[in-house]
Amino acid sequence: MAKSDKTQNPAKGDVQEPGRRDFFVVATYAMAGLGAAAVAWPLIDQLNPAADTLALANIEVDVSKIAVGQSITVKWRGKPVFIRHRTADEIARANATDITGLRDPQDDVARAEKPEYLVLVGVCTHLGCVPLGQKTGEVRGDYDGWFCPCHGSHYDTSGRIRKGPAPTNLEVPPHNYLSDSVIRIG
Amino acid sequence: MSAEKFQNPVVRWIDHRLPVFSMLDHEKYDYPVPKNLNYMWNFGVLAGMALAIMIVTGIVLAMSYTAHVDYAFESVERIMRDVNHGWLIRYIHMNTASFFFIVVYIHILRGLYYGSYKAPRELLWILGVVIFLLMMATAFMGYVLPWGQMSFWGATVITNLFSAIPIVGDSIVTLLWGGFSVDNATLNRFFSLHYLLPFVISGVVVLHIVALHRFGSNNPIGIDASGPQDTISFHPYYTIKDMVGIAVFLLLLAMTVFFFPNAMGHPDNYIPANALQTPAHIVPEWYFLPFYAILRAVPDKLGGVLLMFGAIAVLFILPWLDKSPVRSARFRPLFRIFFWLFLIDAILLGYLGGKPAEGIYVTLSRIATAWYFLHFLVILPLLSMFETTKPLPKSISEPVLGSSGRSA
Amino acid sequence: MLKRIFAAMLACTLAGPAMAASGNVELQRRDWSFSGPFGTFDKAAMQRGFQAYREVCAGCHSLELIAFRNFADLGYNEAEIKAIAAQYDVQDGPNDDGEMFMRPGIAADRIPSPYLNENAARAGNNGALPPDLSLITKARANGPDYLFSLLAGYKEAPEGVTVPEGMHYNAAYPGNLIAMPQPLYGEDVTYSDGANNSVEAISSDLVQFLMWAAEPKMEVRKRIGVAAVFFLSIFLIFSYLAKRRIWADVH
Repeated sequence: MAKSDKTQNPAKGDVQEPGRRDFFVVATYAMAGLGAAAVAWPLIDQLNPAADTLALANIEVDVSKIAVGQSITVKWRGKPVFIRHRTADEIARANATDITGLRDPQDDVARAEKPEYLVLVGVCTHLGCVPLGQKTGEVRGDYDGWFCPCHGSHYDTSGRIRKGPAPTNLEVPPHNYLSDSVIRIG
Repeated sequence: MSAEKFQNPVVRWIDHRLPVFSMLDHEKYDYPVPKNLNYMWNFGVLAGMALAIMIVTGIVLAMSYTAHVDYAFESVERIMRDVNHGWLIRYIHMNTASFFFIVVYIHILRGLYYGSYKAPRELLWILGVVIFLLMMATAFMGYVLPWGQMSFWGATVITNLFSAIPIVGDSIVTLLWGGFSVDNATLNRFFSLHYLLPFVISGVVVLHIVALHRFGSNNPIGIDASGPQDTISFHPYYTIKDMVGIAVFLLLLAMTVFFFPNAMGHPDNYIPANALQTPAHIVPEWYFLPFYAILRAVPDKLGGVLLMFGAIAVLFILPWLDKSPVRSARFRPLFRIFFWLFLIDAILLGYLGGKPAEGIYVTLSRIATAWYFLHFLVILPLLSMFETTKPLPKSISEPVLGSSGRSA
Repeated sequence: MLKRIFAAMLACTLAGPAMAASGNVELQRRDWSFSGPFGTFDKAAMQRGFQAYREVCAGCHSLELIAFRNFADLGYNEAEIKAIAAQYDVQDGPNDDGEMFMRPGIAADRIPSPYLNENAARAGNNGALPPDLSLITKARANGPDYLFSLLAGYKEAPEGVTVPEGMHYNAAYPGNLIAMPQPLYGEDVTYSDGANNSVEAISSDLVQFLMWAAEPKMEVRKRIGVAAVFFLSIFLIFSYLAKRRIWADVH
């Protein structure tokens, strides 16, 4: 039996493995490594959003039907997007605020391309809850914007954080106007 | 276990506590391998590689697959169209399944030819047959998942095999289905088991390798190594030789995946499953065809099913059917002839399995089926009693140095 | 019960091929631009094929797996895709009143199907179901040749063959009797690029388009394939030479 007379193997005693410095041997193992690395990419890349998901990465919203003072919520990339048709009073208050004392100072004009329409990602920057204030009758917080019920963050009429634990203002998603009334988000 | 052989202090520190490096080293350098293994001995490693490819691509596919009758077909097409590189991963999975069977069939045939199933490797062989059975179950359930016409009708026909069992047959089939036909419940459990079984296979593979390392590889001469002059270390000799086999395997796989990805599939599986319409000509995947031919060769339902399972069961008792002390067919002239006849018979069965069960094909299927069992149950026992074998060489080194030249 | 299913299935296995064999199936073999390891799609032909699908086939046959955004593969740019999509009405909803409503299509939408469901499709076609065409070239043996032969295969029934009411004689269809009326007579479509619009030319364009629909990743697959085979060939040569070197001292 091979096992019974187990002895020193000839190759093991050799100091030098045969072929260790040979070009073809090194190249073969290098290519094997390279091939394995190349194969890894598709396996990782498949985790990225698929083509049908990416196709819905941009949406177009017609805002002409939103009455003054009303808001709509649309779904964009799996998250709620708030679009509020602000009243003149709301716009005035957003502009009148002295931003120097704010936690995340930002001018209202930098947040709304057209002051009538404010577009926000409706996710509280604290821990990801959806703030209240979209529907009439909902709590809007101390600054008449949005109020997050989870941990009590108050946002103003420009979606800026004014009170509570949230570190930054409500995010303004990338968007642009395709026409006077159609906004492309994303 | 002297840790001094490692120069890297980190390796030494780890190895002292968890001797993985020593074990690896042991496999690489201390495990004696007969020096005369030919390329037929590549197929064990290749099978392991195929299993690894199947598991990796399968796990990835499961991330985008939906196991529901209403969504399964479309989710597979979404993988083919929208998921990044999804088409590549799915085609690799599909075709590697076929390649896995090609490799395993050659692996089994090598074992048959060189008598690798004989003492003291009977359990090694039996574990191999267990792996083969598990593979067939896994492949069958995997084929159901895309929920095409062949998926559905294949599942219906194969599960109906169990209805042949007297008295409890129908209850068993209902149990397998989880309903009154192949439906959503069936698809869900098949997905669950299809995900599970490869890991069971991996476990049995580990046992298979443990059993292999107990006595080491058989070899083309079929005699045991008589000393260090007959063996060499696994690394670098067989690592590089396996690398050649892997290169050929991957090259053929790549040609299939990239240029003929559907050649081994069936067009009907690109038609969504329809429980009200059977395709004109249902056939299982090609690797089941020999067994399918045996099933159809018998005019009796129960008989056909028993014979089909018997065709695999007979492999379990093979070590006790062929009692010849000589392993390798090289020294068994008659056995060698019958081996090739058996191979022709098996290929013929595969061909017949893909043909309609009518006319001459039925007759041929019956003859081929009879020969299949005759080979194992009659010819092999008789051969081991009456065959005059050629004289065996004294050691592995002798014929290697002799006239046969470089056999490796 | 189960035994009967089983028996019926075995009978189908027996009867199926016999049925297929009863009619002469004539396949015309053609050289397609997408055949072979370097094959590519013909973009102009695919655009024409889409037009032909839309004007001839789409009345009955759906193309469920194709979204308008996929037409980038045909060579259309974003604006053109948007315009094509907008020509279709797509059902969406429910709106705030709980009603489903129609709106113009967008690039992310799939091509709407001509029928609401399978029963409606059957009801509209004398009980025969016009199959979805998304995968048709892969769902038939020798798909592209078969499809071409089928479209160009309508003939007078040979003597002795009676064609039942509602059926049509086709040389390429298994069994020769097909429920689909002859779709192409030549000049069915007027191409803006002035291309040939004979039955053969339109059929060929449709095959190009539908082959793409079934296998949209074919070009990238073959491209990667050539590189992979090249890489692995070198790997094979190197590993073989390396093996020779390492084994040189054995024996």
